[in-house]
Amino acid sequence: MPAPIGVLALQGDFREHRQTLAAIGVESIEVRTLSDLSKSTGLIIPGGESTVMQKLAVAYDLFQPIKDALKSGMPAFGTCAGLIMLADQIIDGIAGQAGFGGLDVSVRRNAFGNQLDSFEVDLDFKDVAGPAVHAAFIRAPIVERVGDQVEVMSKLSDGRVVGVRQGNLLGISFHPEVTGETRIHELFVSMVQR
Amino acid sequence: MSNSSIPTSTTGTPLVKRGLAEMMKGGVIMDVVTADQAKIAEDAGAVAVMALERVPADIRAQGGVSRMSDPDMIDSIINSVSIPVMAKARIGHFVEAQILESLGVDYIDESEVLSPADYVHHINKWNFKVPFVCGATNLGEALRRITEGAAMIRSKGEAGTGDVSEAMKHIRTISGQIRDLSAKTEDELFVAAKELQAPFELVREIATTGKLPVTMFVAGGVATPADAALMMQLGADGVFVGSGIFKSGNPEARAKAIVKATTFYNDPSVLAEVSRGLGEAMVGINVSDLPAPHRLAERGW
Repeated sequence: MPAPIGVLALQGDFREHRQTLAAIGVESIEVRTLSDLSKSTGLIIPGGESTVMQKLAVAYDLFQPIKDALKSGMPAFGTCAGLIMLADQIIDGIAGQAGFGGLDVSVRRNAFGNQLDSFEVDLDFKDVAGPAVHAAFIRAPIVERVGDQVEVMSKLSDGRVVGVRQGNLLGISFHPEVTGETRIHELFVSMVQR
Repeated sequence: MSNSSIPTSTTGTPLVKRGLAEMMKGGVIMDVVTADQAKIAEDAGAVAVMALERVPADIRAQGGVSRMSDPDMIDSIINSVSIPVMAKARIGHFVEAQILESLGVDYIDESEVLSPADYVHHINKWNFKVPFVCGATNLGEALRRITEGAAMIRSKGEAGTGDVSEAMKHIRTISGQIRDLSAKTEDELFVAAKELQAPFELVREIATTGKLPVTMFVAGGVATPADAALMMQLGADGVFVGSGIFKSGNPEARAKAIVKATTFYNDPSVLAEVSRGLGEAMVGINVSDLPAPHRLAERGW
C-alpha cells in the first residue's frame, strides 16, 4: 500500500495500534499535525481519555480538520475513547465535551462503571471470520442509540451494542490493539483500500 | 448496569489492570485534595486524579503519621469527575487497600508518600481486582513490585519537593538497567536476576523486549512544563504531578500547561509558549538539603 494509515497520537495507546498494524504488514504514521493528517489514507483514533483527546486536538489545531476530513469521507476506526470521539452524541460527557462525530449513534461513557467492572469476554464480530474475538473492555463506553444508516457489528450477550459501522467509519467499545487481535484492523485496512 | 449480566466475562484480569494504565499513556495524573480541585484537573485535561487529604509538600511540612484518606473525601472526588480516580494506601497496609477497593477507586497507589505500615513486605496485589501502581527507584524494585502484582510502575522521585533531580536519577537508573539487560547473553541473565533480586523469568522477558511489561510513569518533584517534557524525553509513558500544581500561583494555567507539555514534549517552541506567564511555581526544597530520614524515596524494599 503506498500511503500509510495515520494513528492519532495525542494521548492514549497509539503505539499498540501501530504495532497491530505492523503485525499485519501495514505502514502507519503518528498524527500530531495537519501535515501528518494529510499524508494519511485513514485515521485510527486510539483508546485513552476522550476528554483529554478533545482538548489536545483543539490545542494542535487538529479538531476541525479531522472533523472535516471525516465528513469528506476519510475512513476512520475508533476504539473505546476513539468510539466516543466518532459519535455524534456523547452521554455522560463533561461540560463542553464533543467529538469529531460522523457516526449517527449515542455513546455512553464509562457505561459499565469503574475499573472494577472492566472485563474480558469473547464476542462475535460481523465480517470477521474464524474464532470469536477476545475483547478487553476497560472503563468502556457502549452504543445506546443506533441511527438508521448505522450497521451493528457486534453485541454483548445481553444485547448491548459494542461495535458499529457507518460507511467508512468503524467504532468499537473494546481494545483489539491490546489483546493481539488483528482481524478488526484487517477489516479497517480493507475499508481504507477499497 | 454492570457486566454481571454477561455471564462469561471475567473482571480483574492482569490485562484489564495493565490496560487501564496503557490508556493513560501520554497523560498527566494530578494530585487533588478536594472535589473542586478534581474538577479543575479534569477541565485542564488530566487523564486521572489522585485523591488524597494532603499533598506531599504538606505531609512533609506537617509531619506525623500519614494514612489513607477519609472515604467521604474519596467518594466526593469519585462523584465529581468522570476520569479515573486513584487513591493511596500505605506500603503493606492491605486493609487500607481493601477499603479503597470497596469504595470503587480505579487504581490504588501503594505509596511511600504515606507512612509505611510494613517495613518488610509490600501488599500482595494479586489478591485484588483493582489495579495497583507502585513506586520504584531502580529496576530491581520495579520488578519486585510487578512480581507482587503491580499493574503500573512510577519512578519515585522525591515527592513534595518540586526538585526534579531524584525523578531524573530514578528514570535514568531504570532505563539504564533495562539497556544493560538487553546487552547480556542468556548465560549472564541468571546472575543479573540474582543481583536485581527479581525473578529470572521476568528478567529474561525484559532482556528480550527491552521494556517493562507494564506502563511506567514518572513522579516526584515535577513542577513545571519543562520538567514534564524532560521526563517524557527520557522515555516516561506519562507523569504524575503532586504538589506542583495546587501549590503553585495559578493551578489552572499550570495544569493546562503541563498537560500540553506532556504531549508536545519534543517541540521546544510549544514548550516555551506554555511556560509563559504561569505565575509562581511551588517554592520547593532542594533534595540535597533534606536529611536522610525525610527522604520518602528510600521507603520501599
